[in-house]
Amino acid sequence: MAETPLRTPLSRARGLGSAKEGVQHWWGQRVSALALVPLGLWFCASLVGLAGAGRGALVAWLHGPAAAILTILTIAAVFYHGVLGVQVVIEDYAPSEGTKVACIIAARLLALLLAVAGIYAVLKLALGK
Amino acid sequence: MAKFTLPKNSKVGVGRTYKAPADARRVKRFKVYRYDPDSGENPRLDSYDVDLDQCGPMVLDALIKIKNEVDTGLTFRRSCREGVCGSCSMNIDGTNTLACLKAIADVPGEVDIYPLPHLPVVKDLVGDLTHIYAQYRSIEPWLQTETPPPDRERLQSEAERSKLEGLWECILCFCCTTSCPSYWWQGERYLGPAVLLQAARWLKDSRDEKTGERLDQLEDPFKLYRCHTIMNCTNTCPKGLNPAKAIGEIKQMLVERR
Repeated sequence: MAETPLRTPLSRARGLGSAKEGVQHWWGQRVSALALVPLGLWFCASLVGLAGAGRGALVAWLHGPAAAILTILTIAAVFYHGVLGVQVVIEDYAPSEGTKVACIIAARLLALLLAVAGIYAVLKLALGK
Repeated sequence: MAKFTLPKNSKVGVGRTYKAPADARRVKRFKVYRYDPDSGENPRLDSYDVDLDQCGPMVLDALIKIKNEVDTGLTFRRSCREGVCGSCSMNIDGTNTLACLKAIADVPGEVDIYPLPHLPVVKDLVGDLTHIYAQYRSIEPWLQTETPPPDRERLQSEAERSKLEGLWECILCFCCTTSCPSYWWQGERYLGPAVLLQAARWLKDSRDEKTGERLDQLEDPFKLYRCHTIMNCTNTCPKGLNPAKAIGEIKQMLVERR
């Protein structure tokens, strides 16, 4: 909102009022962080176990329902948590309202694209012959 | 919004040096930020050599001595000189604190004194708090009820009263708010630690009947959620309070009522 010396300090401080949102974002970030502790440990341990085993072993591993389901959950949680964090960074540092909105939309679309691509890749390996 | 370039008049030059009397034995140098926006000149750091044998123990004592005896133009706020009024908040030796509670002996070497960071400077060590005061006004920091007032005091149990400990002691010096990087970038909309600690003080008051409305007003990505638990507020508070914890408790209340 444009600043004029005629505007009262209280009008400026109140601005456009409260957006009545933010708690979902904040809580979602905390819960996904908690979920990523076991998922991340499991995923890293699994990858270490598969290191150097070749494509065949990886595909065989993903054919197990637990591995495929947990990998998909890991991908979903990583990108959900990641895009919430990136949004905060954009809100903090974007130099204008237009840049902010454009960057947040771009970040969300990119996260969605990468998450869907990752899940598709898992499904293709898990369900393929 | 974040700004990565300095506004004009940000470059601080070297100012005048005022020597201590020749017979002074215990001399300490105070380097004080001087700026008069009306002059059109850039800010400067003036150096004052003070004889500590002729001066009280606190930084505020030295500033008052300088103003009384050396340079009457030096401008700063002060009133109670005992950490109750919150007027003499400034940046001393790199930390926001109250000049009246900061012992000169606690500062090794020269004592650097600047106004609170990131406020428009009115003159020298006096920052413009208009916007912060308006933000404080915006959270409606007074008891609000719908029940008709009783004929006597509004009662509160000891347990209910104890929830206000660590909140009521705030003296609104704004050392915390002006130490917060999130407030520096987003102060236009983010309420900052001092105002949010006050918001928590009214949210936790068992006598208040507008808790829900107060939470409605705070639930906003910028007014509240710009707090990234950087903790500068808690580190710098000259009264030893914990604004970061108060903000965390507001976030917790918002989750609880979902």
